[in-house]
Amino acid sequence: MAVEGVATTIERGAFDGLLTAIARSGYELIGPTIRDGAIVYDEIATSADLPIGWTDEQDGGSYRLRRRDDEALFGYAVGPQSWKRFLHPPEVTLWRASRDGDGAMAIESCEDGKPSYAFVGVRSCELHAIAIQDRVMVGGEHPDPFYAARRDGALLVAVNCTVGGGTCFCVSMGTGPRAGPGFDIALTEVIDGGRHYFLCEAGSEPGAAILAAVEQAPARAAEAAAATAAIAVAARHQGRSMEADGIRELLYDNYEHPRWDEVSERCLTCGNCTMVCPTCFCTTVEDSTDLAGAEADRTRRWDSCFTMDFSYVHGGSVRASARSRYRQWMTHKLATWIDQFGTSGCVGCGRCITWCPVAIDITEEVAAIRADAID
Amino acid sequence: MTPRPWRVTGRRRETADSWTLDLEPADDGAPMSFLPGQFNMIYAFGIGEAPISISGDPGADRPLVHTVRDVGAVSAAICRAAPGEVLGVRGPYGSAWPVAALGGRHVLIVAGGVGLAPLRPALRAALERRRELAGLTLLLGGRTPADLLFRDELEELGADPRLELAISVDSAGSGWRGHVGVVTTLIDDLDLDPARATALLCGPEVMMRFAAQALIGRGMDRGDIYLSMERNMKCAVTQCGRCQLGPAFVCREGAVMRYCDIERVLGLREV
Ligand SMILES: Cc1cc2nc3c(=O)[nH]c(=O)nc-3n(C[C@H](O)[C@H](O)[C@H](O)COP(=O)(O)OP(=O)(O)OC[C@H]3O[C@@H](n4cnc5c(N)ncnc54)[C@H](O)[C@@H]3O)c2cc1C
Ligand code: SF4
Ligand code: SF4
Repeated sequence: MAVEGVATTIERGAFDGLLTAIARSGYELIGPTIRDGAIVYDEIATSADLPIGWTDEQDGGSYRLRRRDDEALFGYAVGPQSWKRFLHPPEVTLWRASRDGDGAMAIESCEDGKPSYAFVGVRSCELHAIAIQDRVMVGGEHPDPFYAARRDGALLVAVNCTVGGGTCFCVSMGTGPRAGPGFDIALTEVIDGGRHYFLCEAGSEPGAAILAAVEQAPARAAEAAAATAAIAVAARHQGRSMEADGIRELLYDNYEHPRWDEVSERCLTCGNCTMVCPTCFCTTVEDSTDLAGAEADRTRRWDSCFTMDFSYVHGGSVRASARSRYRQWMTHKLATWIDQFGTSGCVGCGRCITWCPVAIDITEEVAAIRADAID
Repeated sequence: MTPRPWRVTGRRRETADSWTLDLEPADDGAPMSFLPGQFNMIYAFGIGEAPISISGDPGADRPLVHTVRDVGAVSAAICRAAPGEVLGVRGPYGSAWPVAALGGRHVLIVAGGVGLAPLRPALRAALERRRELAGLTLLLGGRTPADLLFRDELEELGADPRLELAISVDSAGSGWRGHVGVVTTLIDDLDLDPARATALLCGPEVMMRFAAQALIGRGMDRGDIYLSMERNMKCAVTQCGRCQLGPAFVCREGAVMRYCDIERVLGLREV
């Protein structure tokens, strides 16, 4: 019987039993799997769908899968996608309107059912990113019903990082690598000589109930210590770091720093960084009608502060230059977000660094501004 | 996030490109109560939504009144909506002019062009409570006399002893007896006790910036100057991220904001 806060171990051989127990509880399993040369999140059925024996090598503007010399299920850092894809989907039809001959108009919300996703393999930084998006999407006066429906039913199975990603800096941001509160189940994968097992903790009642159905043993002190040591490796081997102290004031004082000009000469304003970021939430909407003009709908799509359209008001865009758009993005992530939502908007996952086609690095940009700050 | 249907019950032409619409609920729902300065998202079937300030009298909750200038696809479709047609409306959203705090103050309303629309509810509220105020002044700017909104009402207000009214246009024909020049020049001629004044500004951003600076030049406190801001906006509930103005969301902290709170970002380019 698993109890909240008391660790147990599940052997690799019983891991599929865990996935089965989750699926039996009515969840749709979503987890890491390999597609098009990257580890992405998608529907999974068994552990065979996981990236067994693969890791990712990441650096500015570069991502490559490489074989590990073991059969780890979660032996990588993070891929291009985040769970935002499921909780705050790239495209949602918000409502449909219809109109009859008298001009009467009826508008109906397209709120769909409540999917019950189980996210398997949530990293600590991603747990923080979900908590941050919770504040944005459902923490205010007007909770978004689409996000709420997906989030309410979600089961979060965290997997502590045991690999330090090349562009990761969660240690600097205080968001990892050990999963903090917010998970239903947390796992740490340990491969120790010939033995492959998971240290498990339940973080909620639903998590505990699922674990109770899985073959497991109480964790011994040595097993817990091995898990802690594995997480420490991830912390030590992160490829990036950022001095986050006083960063809000630093950026507020440096709107006119020459570094913004310098970075704008490299930035393509492609918006990749905003698409891969697990906290970026901005959207646009599109209205359309059928040919007869009797039915119309409104669709919400991810958008990026790097587009010209984003800040368009009659007469032109408020942020016409690349300089102002990069500045808006980074200042939002690291400074204004704190005023808006009470936390940083960056969890140090490193995705924006890895997936930037020209290897612009948020940690390097902060360091450059700090190095000769205007104050 | 889902608009309610409202039927157009009245439509008046204000200028060559602006119209005022009266709306009544087209469902069983209640009429809308709002605070002066708040706005609605108005939906034209199949074309899109636009944030539009409420320009009606806050004392009367019906009809719901908006004044719209045709500048693009959505605003044109809203302007075109004839009586009987139905628009979608959701709101009200955003902050309000500080009408409850105007007692004992000289209320100075400075409007440029269609900027008078969001100020009209504040003006009506101020007239309603005129006896409690130390003074009430409306400074109004437009491109030409024909570009002024609410001209019948202005005619009456010109003769209203409760209000001091000055109008300035950028250019005018020989029939014009008012000022010619930018609205900010009217501020220089104003009889003003800066410690007792509260200024409410709405118009093009440059105009508001210059007006605020002129008022500060006359000795007014930055905290007594309020501006109604505009930014691109899709959701009006802080989730599309588009209306950010530094740390503020114009849809939540605004549209009405205190000058002292936004002076810094307004002074920077492209924030
Ligand atoms: C809080 C607020 C109150 C407003 N009140 C009024 C009012 O009372 N009367 C009035 O006539 N206009 C008002 N506006 C401006 C009005 O919303 C825009 O003129 C309108 O959105 C333009 O859309 P369009 O499709 O007609 O024009 P286009 O120029 O084709 O616009 C394309 C898109 O750009 C955006 N956009 C363009 N101009 C603006 C703008 N000025 N503000 C915000 N988004 C813009 C919109 O997302 C629009 O869909 C207000 C704007 C805000 C933010
Ligand atoms: S800003 Fe970059 S490092 Fe920070 S959370 Fe977003 S993608 Fe990750
Ligand atoms: S920083 Fe990189 S990823 Fe982001 S918009 Fe610029 S070029 Fe694209």
